[in-house]
Amino acid sequence: MSSIAVDTSSAIGRSVADTAAPVRIAVRNLDFFYGDFRSLKDISIDFYDRQVTALIGPSGCGKSTLLRTFNRIYSLYPEQRAEGEILLDGQNVLSPSIDVNELRARVGMVFQKPTPFPMSIYDNIAFGIRLYENLPRSELDGRVEEALRKAALWDEVKDKLRQSGMGLSGGQQQRLCIARTIAQQPEVILLDEPTSALDPISTGKIEELIEQLRAEFTIVIVTHNMQQAARISQFTAFMYLGELVEFGPTNKMFMTPTKKQTQDYITGRFG
Amino acid sequence: MDTMPRPTTISPAAWGRVRRSRYMADRALKAVCLLFTALGVFVLGWILLMLLYQGISALRPEVFTNTTPGPMTKGGGIANAIAGSFVLTFLGIVVATPVGVLAGTYLAEYGRGSKLAEVIRFVNDILLAAPSILIGLFVYTLMVQPMGGYSGWAGGVALAIIAVPVIVRTTEDMLRIVPGSLREAGAALGAPMSKVITKITWRAARAGMVTGVLLATARIAGETAPLLFTALNNNFWFRADLMGGVANLPVMIYQYALSPYQNWRELAWAGALVITLTILALSIVARLLFRKETAR
Repeated sequence: MSSIAVDTSSAIGRSVADTAAPVRIAVRNLDFFYGDFRSLKDISIDFYDRQVTALIGPSGCGKSTLLRTFNRIYSLYPEQRAEGEILLDGQNVLSPSIDVNELRARVGMVFQKPTPFPMSIYDNIAFGIRLYENLPRSELDGRVEEALRKAALWDEVKDKLRQSGMGLSGGQQQRLCIARTIAQQPEVILLDEPTSALDPISTGKIEELIEQLRAEFTIVIVTHNMQQAARISQFTAFMYLGELVEFGPTNKMFMTPTKKQTQDYITGRFG
Repeated sequence: MDTMPRPTTISPAAWGRVRRSRYMADRALKAVCLLFTALGVFVLGWILLMLLYQGISALRPEVFTNTTPGPMTKGGGIANAIAGSFVLTFLGIVVATPVGVLAGTYLAEYGRGSKLAEVIRFVNDILLAAPSILIGLFVYTLMVQPMGGYSGWAGGVALAIIAVPVIVRTTEDMLRIVPGSLREAGAALGAPMSKVITKITWRAARAGMVTGVLLATARIAGETAPLLFTALNNNFWFRADLMGGVANLPVMIYQYALSPYQNWRELAWAGALVITLTILALSIVARLLFRKETAR
């Protein structure tokens, strides 16, 4: 990579999609409503185990809405509802018999703006662990360290674990939130535009981190940045006006999309 | 100045007049605002200066050690009134804080968009503006009459009723400032709502909520009317069971300031100064605390 002129196509599909991977989340005929407004229309899509799937599309296309159904975070708002099936390891998470809090411990989520809790760095990480596990202090310490290491934040914060998480930089705060999520040892991690509020260097660190986390977790990321989708994902889904237009391995989606809408969006003709 | 852009449909002379009149209007408004600000500050300064002038000369050491004197006696102090006020205010705030904080939490966290919450908010606003003498009368019928006499308990309850709506309001306002994204982040980790509230949103709003409680304390420390019918006043230390009248600063000031005795009137000024300085100190502490926490 000594050449200064970078061919962007070389960044696409850096790692090849594993189409033989088992399906982790299977969405079947999903509709979503904000009050009477139907914002997702009959979505069916599969998310593969330990692969990064990027959801792209113009603002308001429903990609964040789709992401927010997987952990049922939308159900905090009484006027929002989902119909259809979302099978996580074969179990329908939309079923009323599912305990949403347990579901959310299995399906972690990181938001657009970093959301450190008003407590120490240590307690930010321990918060999620303590909700579901009663660990002795030494084990808890170990889990906190492990999570911070995996989030590539340990070296920067190991001497100030007792300081407030609010005092970190934006990029550090976002990695703290990722550490908090992986500390719970979830199966799936949902990322809702996790770098759109960060500078390029912090963005680069988070992207590297996502690449590493793929070894352990199934990752779904919503992004506005098409280069980012191309760099970090193995699968890409393009959505438009609440519908899933096209879904496939990222390199194929970016090199030879089958739908004209996908082609137009990716080449920047609208969006 | 002539290079300033000018609408081409207006002649230079007419534009000059328009511009001058705008300058004049601008200055006139500024002058009027300044004048009335000065008037307000002047009245406040006048009150404070008079209080300092009259109060400081009345502040002798025995004011803080002796009890209030009877008629036609010399000297005396207000120690019993200070102690009584402290106890009544403490009682009031201890009762009002949990009620106010929990009700405010309901309004901000659970009752979003619900009809019941709207009704409670409306009733709370009425209570916030209710004449305090009414609350004194209410507690008089509710407690003083059935219990067969004045008591510190009745006084504390009356003060609590004054403090509750203040705390409800500030708690709700402060919790509403906490961004919804923080609640979502807590829920996304699988935390039930009770944990999100007690561990995250309360913590995030802590400085503002404590400020609200301190301001409510300052408010009830100076209330007179609710105590007239409940704790009344007397010239002794309060009894251990808080039954009977409990000496307190506001009612003491009310009774002594209008008396024919010189030493009583001086003690009233001393009491007024003590209350004012206490409230001032509470407000400053509240402000510092809020600023320190929000600056982080």
